Amino acid sequence: MKIHEYQARILFAQYDIPTSQGDVAQTPDEALLITRQTGFPVVIKAQVLVGGRGKAGGVKVVGDEAQLKFEFNRIKNLNIKGYPVDRILVARAIDIKKEYYLAVTIDNIKADVVVIASAEGGVEIEEVAQTHPDKIIKFYMQGAKTLDESRWAPMAAQLFSDPSLQKSATSILQKLLKLFFEKDCSLAEINPFVIDEKGNLMAADAKVIIDDNALFRHPELMALRDVSYEDADEIEAKEKGLSFVKLEGNVGCIVNGAGLAMGTMDEVNLLGGKAANFLDVGGSSNPQKVLNALMILLRNKDIKVILINIFGGITRCDDIANGILTALKQIDIPVPLVIRLTGTNEKEAKELLTTAGLTTFTSMRGAVNEAVRASK
Amino acid sequence: MSILVDQNTKVIVQGITGRDGSFHAKQMLDYGTKVVGGVTPGKGGQEINGIPVFNSVKEAKEATDCNAAVIYVPAKFAKDAMLEDIANNIPLVICITEGIPVLDMVEIKKALRNTSIGLIGPNCPGLISPGKAKIGIMPGHIHKSGDVGVISRSGTLTYEVVFNLTANNIGQSTCVGLGGDPIIGTRFVDVLKLFQEDPETRAIVMVGEIGGGDEQLAAEYIKRFVTKPVVAFIAGRTAPAGKRMGHAGAIISSGDSTAEAKIQILRDAGVTVVDFPDEIPQAIK
Repeated sequence: MKIHEYQARILFAQYDIPTSQGDVAQTPDEALLITRQTGFPVVIKAQVLVGGRGKAGGVKVVGDEAQLKFEFNRIKNLNIKGYPVDRILVARAIDIKKEYYLAVTIDNIKADVVVIASAEGGVEIEEVAQTHPDKIIKFYMQGAKTLDESRWAPMAAQLFSDPSLQKSATSILQKLLKLFFEKDCSLAEINPFVIDEKGNLMAADAKVIIDDNALFRHPELMALRDVSYEDADEIEAKEKGLSFVKLEGNVGCIVNGAGLAMGTMDEVNLLGGKAANFLDVGGSSNPQKVLNALMILLRNKDIKVILINIFGGITRCDDIANGILTALKQIDIPVPLVIRLTGTNEKEAKELLTTAGLTTFTSMRGAVNEAVRASK
Repeated sequence: MSILVDQNTKVIVQGITGRDGSFHAKQMLDYGTKVVGGVTPGKGGQEINGIPVFNSVKEAKEATDCNAAVIYVPAKFAKDAMLEDIANNIPLVICITEGIPVLDMVEIKKALRNTSIGLIGPNCPGLISPGKAKIGIMPGHIHKSGDVGVISRSGTLTYEVVFNLTANNIGQSTCVGLGGDPIIGTRFVDVLKLFQEDPETRAIVMVGEIGGGDEQLAAEYIKRFVTKPVVAFIAGRTAPAGKRMGHAGAIISSGDSTAEAKIQILRDAGVTVVDFPDEIPQAIK
């Protein structure tokens, strides 16, 4: 789960990671109130969960009240990569002497938490990583949750020649790591990590991504989810235990398992059709999930046919069949259903459906071909 | 022969009193797997389908001398279940549970270092040596014993592949579902090595997907060490970039983890990559 910069700054404050003074505003008046505390100049930054806001004009340093009002309204009316700007961060503008990069994330292949740091921070960090990998420090935690300072010391020395900055950076990294582990992050990033006019190190931006799988441990973080970034159907699907991604086509797909759902989407597209969605009903399915999935799909008026492709493992085919039968009784399904059921309790499922007058396919290719034909 | 599990594997089921645990314990038993016990804290002394239930892995191991454990417990308890197996030195652990926090898996991988314990999963269908034993959730009847080894990151897509093999009279030595999470225990290269060494595995089928870097590592390994024919299918060729397709690991994050990039790297390593799962039987004959 991505959270906004202003929310990440609140987490930073809780962990005593220095940021410049500021707060989030929704109106120019609120912004003005914040400047009473910070003074001018301030930087105002659109709070959107997509990258590239600076290049889209969503970040501006302003020197007085008139400029603040003007720029605030301008940014408020921006649409950044399809997302409107609802909230704007107003923070004291830092007179940046030098930009660094500091982040904590997970290296999946090594199955270890890794600190990434560079003396070449800023928006071009990904390019630096490509062209000058030697300028990127990667420090593996080796399974530890706290910093091994003696192992880290040479890295700090490589980044900063000044011993007091080495000490300060080490202290900030310790806090960033504490936040990372305690809040189950998959990313905690400071870019740029800057030296300000007084020679102090400070986070000039804050980016935090929380592991969705760990949200059950963090009810306090669940409240930070900005649902305006998610498709309403996708949110509803998630609440109902379905994994759903809307696409452009007209063949609705209900599949069990992410791999087979992806394979089904590929097969529909490669055989001349266009998948309308990716939908994984998950394992341990109960009949209600099928009903929910059908209801979500049927809201999409582009859909001309619904392909149900189930390979029973932990999902039992008769559960799915019962779900289909319940759905047929409870809701109006104006498009043809193409049903393929194979695997656990397949025989019971086919009996249920045949008794109700429905035909089923055994092969995936057969079902996909039929669905593509029906979509034309 | 087969790899990892056979008719002599004695398995315990963690979470045996739950809906999935009890259902699949019975399915495994019916398949012929030696299910020697179950574990649910606080429910020791009961019996489920004639299988004795124990309060802990330690108790179960002492009573049954099991050499494998399969985990069906909810995500929030899965880390402790795995740690219990590691502490009791169960040589093979299969974790079916999905939705485990990534940092829990970092801890598990650390606990596994310097042990000889093999972990399959999490978020996986398990593994089966047809005709000998199945440990997991795959439907047993679609399999047939034979000489093709199957390795996959997916669950149901693996069944699809196996179903097509069996329909074409091509049996399997062992089918291993690695799991779809970003951090997993056993990876493609580990299983490739076992299949390469297994005298009764003639050819290998690999089922991969978008995201992550495991297929690339597998390609590297195949080029250097695998002399048996390898056929691969990669799912997610038409997935939109950056969208999450259910598996946390299947996010296209860099150019290299797209399906097309993986297909190219595998082809360069001499692997036959097919477009549809039902083309695998022809390619492996």
